Amino acid sequence: MKRLIPLAPILYIMFLMLPIYWLLNMSFKTTNEILGGFSLWPHNFTLENYRTIFTDPTWYLGYVNSITYVSINTAISVSVALPAAYAFSRYRFLGDKHLFFWLLTNRMAPPAVFALPFFQLYSAVELFDTHLAVALAHCLFNIPLAVWILEGFMSGIPKELDETAYVDGYSFPRFFFKVFVPTITAGIGVAAFFCFMFSWVELLLAKTLTAVEAKPIAAIMTKTASSAGYELGLLAAAGCLTIIPGAFVIYFVRNYIAKGFALGRV
Amino acid sequence: MAVKTENQKAWFFILPVIILVAFNALIPLMTVVNYSVQETFGNNVFLWSGVRWFEDVLHSERFHAALGRQLMFTGIILAIQVPLGVAIALTMPRQGPWVPVCLVLMALPLLIPWNVVGAMWNIFALPDIGLLGRSINAMGIDYDMTQQPYAAWFTLVLMDVWHWTSLVVLLAYAGLISIPDAYYQAAKIDGAKAWAVFRHIQLPKMKQVLTIAILLRFMDSFMIYTEPFVLTGGGPGNATTLLSIDLVKIALGQFDLGMAGAMSLIYFLITLLVSWVFYTLMTRDDPN
Amino acid sequence: MAKIGLKSLRHSYMANPSAEEDWALRQIDLDWSDGGAYALLGPSGCGKTSLLNIISGLLTPTEGQVLFDDRDVTALPPDQRNIAQVFQFPVIYDTMTVYNNLAFPLRNRGVYEARVDARVREIAEMLELSDMLDQRASGLSADGKQKISMGRGLVREDVNVIMFDEPLTVIDPHLKWKLRSKLKELHQKVRVTMIYVTHDQTEALTFADQVVVMQDGEVVQIGTPVELFERPAHTFVGHFIGSPGMNVLPCEVRDGGAFFNGIHVPVGEGVGRTEGARQLEIGVRPEFVHFADSGIPAEVVKVSDAGRHSVVEARANGSRIHLLSPVGAAIPEGTTHLAFDPARTRVYADGWLTGKGG
Repeated sequence: MKRLIPLAPILYIMFLMLPIYWLLNMSFKTTNEILGGFSLWPHNFTLENYRTIFTDPTWYLGYVNSITYVSINTAISVSVALPAAYAFSRYRFLGDKHLFFWLLTNRMAPPAVFALPFFQLYSAVELFDTHLAVALAHCLFNIPLAVWILEGFMSGIPKELDETAYVDGYSFPRFFFKVFVPTITAGIGVAAFFCFMFSWVELLLAKTLTAVEAKPIAAIMTKTASSAGYELGLLAAAGCLTIIPGAFVIYFVRNYIAKGFALGRV
Repeated sequence: MAVKTENQKAWFFILPVIILVAFNALIPLMTVVNYSVQETFGNNVFLWSGVRWFEDVLHSERFHAALGRQLMFTGIILAIQVPLGVAIALTMPRQGPWVPVCLVLMALPLLIPWNVVGAMWNIFALPDIGLLGRSINAMGIDYDMTQQPYAAWFTLVLMDVWHWTSLVVLLAYAGLISIPDAYYQAAKIDGAKAWAVFRHIQLPKMKQVLTIAILLRFMDSFMIYTEPFVLTGGGPGNATTLLSIDLVKIALGQFDLGMAGAMSLIYFLITLLVSWVFYTLMTRDDPN
Repeated sequence: MAKIGLKSLRHSYMANPSAEEDWALRQIDLDWSDGGAYALLGPSGCGKTSLLNIISGLLTPTEGQVLFDDRDVTALPPDQRNIAQVFQFPVIYDTMTVYNNLAFPLRNRGVYEARVDARVREIAEMLELSDMLDQRASGLSADGKQKISMGRGLVREDVNVIMFDEPLTVIDPHLKWKLRSKLKELHQKVRVTMIYVTHDQTEALTFADQVVVMQDGEVVQIGTPVELFERPAHTFVGHFIGSPGMNVLPCEVRDGGAFFNGIHVPVGEGVGRTEGARQLEIGVRPEFVHFADSGIPAEVVKVSDAGRHSVVEARANGSRIHLLSPVGAAIPEGTTHLAFDPARTRVYADGWLTGKGG
């Protein structure tokens, strides 16, 4: 029994890779070949699907749009979360515990509840169909998350650091940016990773708040799926391409994955 | 952890966060509340209707059915993903060159856009050209997600297990590797068997991360929308119409504002309540 | 009870050790007799924890044998060796009460409940834990938890040897001596072989009947605390034990006599064999150096008050010599002379003691 145990992670990973492989398989076939028969690998290997995506603006702009609003959101979320997390970590003030709790409850808000109200709200402020709209909307979930993660990391830094800096004559902004922030780069990395992750994968709000200009790739894919005729090969290729940014990001933080989760602050 | 100093000026630090989150939370919530207590006959004419919508929702069979499906879904999900995730984490090596590779590959499903997950499994489960669909049918079992509710549920659960178990694995693994070797050594000397080691050392030390894992999986599975929507559209019929899907249908599809408003509030409240109950139960004897 | 023998033990943590430095333990041959209280003393990295883990079975040595009562147990896992080990930080089962923690090793071995109860209460009594038996173990303070760790080792009746790996590391200083005396008391009562690993000489010297001093993976000296103090077999032992440590001065040997800076230094037991040695040194503890009218010319540089005596630092031609001066005694200023007690002066060749029996 003991010798079989290393097998478990391997089997699990194989299970995970299977649907991804199938998608990859289809992305290299023409739609005709896919519909025409069943094969475990492409018999007529083609890059046509990928070529379409890279040359047709309606497709590749989708990726550009998605990356844009995700980046904006991550930047905003982490930036505003930093001072807030510092406050929660270092200070006691009226209503601090309740505020923190309220922030966390937003993570529990069903996006479906907000679909219609967001649609009306962002139309009212004339931000409909902009990258900023989606970036701001995602703040609802990502800011509480970022504050939670950063507060966890900051609480691990002893207050003596702050006090030493004051004694040494640092002004607060200088202390914060030159002394404090460098000590929590791991935390910032983890927070940014999770903000990126949640914003990149979310579809409902992203689709609701966009029409043409800021349409994310996810919405373009669903449009294609429902229009006449399943362009399966194209769909598969588009899907495969969406996996790449995620893979990149995980690769970069691979050494922190265990550590970041270890903080138990996901 | 140092003692916090009292400083009311801290509110300035938090102001940007409050503004952004309140803008996104309070205003829509007020809109929802607004809709839930009013009735409209079009042309922006609104009439107060009190708790009528709430009564309608709470008594509607449609809502009960959707809630029932949702609870069943969440229940099945938790029952599978938590033990499975912990089991896999237990079998992973605690150190070595393969660990980062394993972790990266396991984390991959977590970063795929949710609609792609749905689309991927939709294709994967097609009876003629999908690997899964074809294989099951080849084994003699009649399998077609678009026709049979059981097939749809099976695929839905399998997809979610595929999608999210890794989150539990990563969290449980992080908890496990934080256990110092001395505990295992002491247990060996005490003559403890593998099950005793799990029960008395590993499980207690994983309590914190498991709480977070269970809480997260509960919340996210309760709110799930995109993946099942792309996978089955809620069908066949409304066999897999979970709460979020139904709500969006009512809100954005039928523009039934009153009903949507009331349902939204009830939905949110249920989520909050159950999360709070879970959280309290699990951190009951934890001073943290 | 068991006699423990270590034969030709060598251990390396590397897969293919080649150079001497690759070996954490180099050639250990030791015998530990039944019921003794031993200390394994040495600086960090000298191999003492490795040696401990080899004895307990948590580590399998690269070469050599471990014998319990002349039986080869090198391949046996810890739970079959009848040993117990207490670690640096308290290892307890958080979810169990103190009672169940102590009972755990017995229950795992199928001891029947009545016996378990008797043993647990007996050991709890010894460790002064009796009124905490029903409390959750996680609620105790650090020293309480360490007592539970010790208790789990004592509660088993088949234990041959209990090993302590720097067990007082996380204990508050004012509680350390309490636990130390408790350990000594336990040893006298229970008479189980105990091996105590530490880098703190006070802990080692107060606990042990026999101290094994290690450095760089080798045993440098075994002896009673008095022997280690009076007759260090290696300059390292002299230097490591005692505060301040032994004075080590470069010397020359001519015609059977030792000379420091050209001045003859009488050595009570004789100079011993020194041929082929690259480095010759004289060792004498500050306790046995005193001011004199003739002898080694030196200049007093610094006087520190150490409570019961003063530590005087003197310089003789570039070498530092420490000596102890009683409280109130007059300390000559400037240049003076120092003399060493010949009976306590030793000669060392390449660090090792020469002379009779050296």
